[in-house]
This record gives sequence, structure tokens and C-alpha cells, in this order.
Amino acid sequence: MSAVLKPKAHFIVCDGNEAAARAVTLAQVDMVAVYPITPQSSLVEYLAKFVAEGKLDAEIVDVEGEHSVLSVLHGACLAGARTYTATCGPGLAFMFEPYLRTPGMRMPLVMTIVTRDTLTPQSVWGGQQDAMSVREVGWLQIHCETVQEVLDTTIMAYKIAEHHDVMLPVNVCHDGNYLSFGATRVELPDQAEVAAFLGKRDVNWHAALDPDRPMAIDPLTGGSGGPGPALFVRYRKGQCAGMQNSLKIIEDVHAEWGRRFGRYHAPLVESYRMDDAEYAIVTIGSMTGAAKDAVDEARDRGERVGLVKVKTFRPFPVHATAQALANVKAVSVVDRSVSFGWNCGPLYQDVIAALQFAPLRPPAMSFIGGLAGADITTAHFGQVIERTAAMVKGVAPGGTVWINEND
Amino acid sequence: MYEIRIHGRGGQGAVLAGGILATALVEEGKHVIAIPSFGFERRGAPVTSYLRFDDREIRQMTNIYHPNCILCIDPTVGRATNIFDGIRDDAVWVQTSSKPLGELQFPTQVATVGLCDAVSIALDIFRRSITNTIMLGAFARTTGFVSLEALKAAVHHSDFRDAGLQQNLRALERGYNETTVHHIERRAAA
Repeated sequence: MSAVLKPKAHFIVCDGNEAAARAVTLAQVDMVAVYPITPQSSLVEYLAKFVAEGKLDAEIVDVEGEHSVLSVLHGACLAGARTYTATCGPGLAFMFEPYLRTPGMRMPLVMTIVTRDTLTPQSVWGGQQDAMSVREVGWLQIHCETVQEVLDTTIMAYKIAEHHDVMLPVNVCHDGNYLSFGATRVELPDQAEVAAFLGKRDVNWHAALDPDRPMAIDPLTGGSGGPGPALFVRYRKGQCAGMQNSLKIIEDVHAEWGRRFGRYHAPLVESYRMDDAEYAIVTIGSMTGAAKDAVDEARDRGERVGLVKVKTFRPFPVHATAQALANVKAVSVVDRSVSFGWNCGPLYQDVIAALQFAPLRPPAMSFIGGLAGADITTAHFGQVIERTAAMVKGVAPGGTVWINEND
Repeated sequence: MYEIRIHGRGGQGAVLAGGILATALVEEGKHVIAIPSFGFERRGAPVTSYLRFDDREIRQMTNIYHPNCILCIDPTVGRATNIFDGIRDDAVWVQTSSKPLGELQFPTQVATVGLCDAVSIALDIFRRSITNTIMLGAFARTTGFVSLEALKAAVHHSDFRDAGLQQNLRALERGYNETTVHHIERRAAA
């Protein structure tokens, strides 16, 4: 069908790691710093290959650890370069100090988190605990559902990050194992069209390491006297404003992507079969495909169930979420990570907080599954749907359900 | 939707086989999702890889529990894992083996068996028992879901070079030509 519209040569078969590397190549970044770690390794190996083959004209720096990865990119970014890296799990932990500094310096870096469950117990498998652990640091965090979405979103991330109303770093997240190594048919956009879409890079107009524009970068601020307190607040409020501005920019950029490339991805939240839905399940990331199949199966039985997928997790689309769930009588949220402080999933926390702004306050339940590489199947989602339907019939919501507990 | 589970051992290329088969199926106009099993890659350890294809878009990014087809590229991995776990009725089993059908055990759900002595062919072509592309040829011959031409095109897209490319193209062809396909009479249900 789509083959009629587009020449066949534009389709390739690749996994999410290769898709991200191809997106970075299409975005024509200037500087990449890497430290390979499972399940991210093949992503940076693809980048090294594309640089070696001359497909990507970028400086690639293989440094001694993730702390240096981000530090190298800070310098490059302040010098005006479009920059990229990818990491996960322990690598993300090791880069935490420069990671914290990045949004405050308003650097439009793009970094993929190939999500991985965190230590310990020892595990090298997928799970979103790493990304969720850094959710309040000030990076934008966008989660992908498919390999195609990984490719498209990684390119879009540059346009979002570099927008003057945003100027914040973006994490594009794709699920370790399922998206990192899952291969599907992907449509490759044309290089010239991507260049036209992204426009001229304008990365260091505000803060620069530039002999022609000498300035102090990140001077000491704060304290309780002089201009300190007000100045610090000004910076913090600026970051928060950038985050809130990004909600609209993310929508605009996704709309423009759709117009130019014909693929319309839901920018903040996606509503699936929600029009007449009596109850809903909320998902995030690659689990969503199996969940949609489960929703279809339940619909075939006459159940009025819908699905809301959260794509943009930071900033959290509070009003879009409340609006999407405005008319339902029960909600279940499926997380691939844990909020230790609340004994539930982190997405669940945000969804019930957002429901504050919904006209009804439907009962809600937290489901946690897919930890450390575990599968969340259509059958699992069938059970989630059944439990949610029970809430509509008056069964009280229970405590957190651990989906793979008996697998 | 049609679901295939590929069984092999680390080093034989079961995961790469999934990627090549996915590319060939896309070449044939199908939608495909190929997911390798997740673990540490160790030479000789049992490896599983999953592939589903359909005429329409596939959304499930999950493992496969009820395959329509078992493609087993190692002669002995069946002793280490139950390669038939969860198979559907009328299943297809494509197996590397030097034994005749009568000496092999398989469950009643299997309706079609494709047998290919891929280890001997691999030792002949590669001097090592790398059976993946040979068994893709065997899969094409047994199922007809993908043409030999599409598989060859997919191998061309892969990262093989020079001699390796020629060897793998020959491996595909020999796997295709040297597979015997058996249709099993349905045994009495009770």
C-alpha cells in the first residue's frame, strides 16, 4: 500500500538501535561522544560505522566513561555543535553529574536512553527504571513505541531541543531489547528533506565558548545575599518555562513532521479507541502494541475499553492526559518500572495526579510489568482490562499488581 | 499472522538468520517483526529468536509462545530445550539433521517437516558448522513463504563481503536444493 506512494528503496529492515543511529546521521550532527554499554552498544557501533563509511561527517570521541561523554558534549555544544550520545542503566548513573548540569546550561543535546532496568539485583535487560530515575532532572523525556517512531522522533528531538522557546536537552527513550534489537520495516526519510525540516543549527546563541563573544559560562549564583537569590530563581523559572513551552513545540514539530513525511505520531498522548470508551488502560513505550491488540480483542467481545499511550513523559502532559481520560469510569496504568516511594508505578503517580484536573475522579490501579526483560503479552493486558472492567462494576481498586509475579 | 521461532546455538547465526529472513519477507511485501531472545551471547549456548509476519502491520513487540513454525538450525539443541514448546496445530518444522524422518521424534501437531543436513553442507562450504543461511534455504523450500531470490537479495543487503557473500549465496542455494519435505499424515486424534 505505502509502496505505491513511495519508491521501494526508502524501506529498510532495521532494529531500534540502527534506526536511532540512522536518525542521528540524517540530522547531520557534528559531535558524538560514546561509551558502549548493553543494550546500547550496537547503536554507537552503527554510528562509528557510519562515520567510518563517510555517511556521517562528525567527530566521534570514544572516551573513558560516561561522565566524560557528557562533558565532551558540553564543550562541543557551547562551541556551537549539534551533539549526540546514547546510554542506559549504569552508564546513565555514571554520567549523572554532568547530566544534572545540562538542562541548567540550556544545552539542546539529544541523548537516547536505551532503557534498562537498574541494578541491583544484577540484570542487563530492558525496563524503564533508568529513565524513570532521572525524571525530575530537567531533561525532556520522550518514549517511543515502534522502531519507525525511534527514527522519526530522534530527528524531531533536535528541532524541539534547539527551538529558542525550549533550549533544553532531550532524552529519546526506546525500550532495551524489544526496540533496541527488534527489527521491523522502516521508512527512511530523504536526507535533503530532513535538512530542510531541521533548518540551520543555532545551538549556542545564548551561551557560547567563542573568542568573538567572550562571556562567563555558568558562574556562581545563589546564596542568601546580593543578587544571588533572585538570579537563581530566575534561572530555575527559566528552565520550568522552557519545559512548559516544549509541550506546544513538541506538538508543532510532530505536526510539521506529519505534513512533510506523511507519518503523524501522537506528540504528547495518543488516544486509541477512546471515543466511546467506558474505561481505559494507560501505557508507555513498546508495550503499547500488545496492549492495543488486547484492546481490540476486548472490543470484539463488546467491552468498551480504550487506551491512552503517554509518549511525552517529561514535561508531563497533565492537561492532555486529563482530557484524554475525561469521560472514563476506571483507569489502569501499566508501568515498566517502580516508584519505590509510593509502592506503585511512576506513570501511575503522574496519571492520578493529572486526574485531579479531570471532571470525574475515576478509580485507578497501578500495574507493574516487564521488569528486567520480562514480557508483557496481549494475555497480560487482557487481565489488566478485566480488572479495570471490574472497577467499573464497583469492585474497589486494589493495591499494585505485579504482572509477571507468577510467570 | 504467522509466527516462527528459530532455535540454534550461539555462534551459528540464529539472530542474523532472523534479520535476513525479515529483510526477505519485507522484500516480498510482508510486515515483519523479528526479536532475538535476550541474554548473554555465548558460543554453543541455546539461542532463540522470534519472527512474526503478516500482510498488515504488526503491533506486538513480544516473544512468541505459540509458533506456527519451528526453524531449528542446530542438530542437538532439541536435547537442551523443548523446541516444540507451545506449537500450534498444523505446524511446520524445519530441522537440520542427517537422520531420516523415521528416526526423529516430534509431536503430533507437526504437519510438515523439512529436513536438511545443514551441518555437512556447512562443513563443506564454510569449514565450520555455521548453518543459518543453509537453513533459510531449507525454510524457503519447506514453506514457500519466501522465494530463494528474495533471500539472496537479503543476503546481499547484509554485511557479508567478497568470499563470505559468495559462500552464503551458495549456502542458501544448497539448503534450498538439498531439503526433503515430508507431509505428515494426520494421526488419529484420539
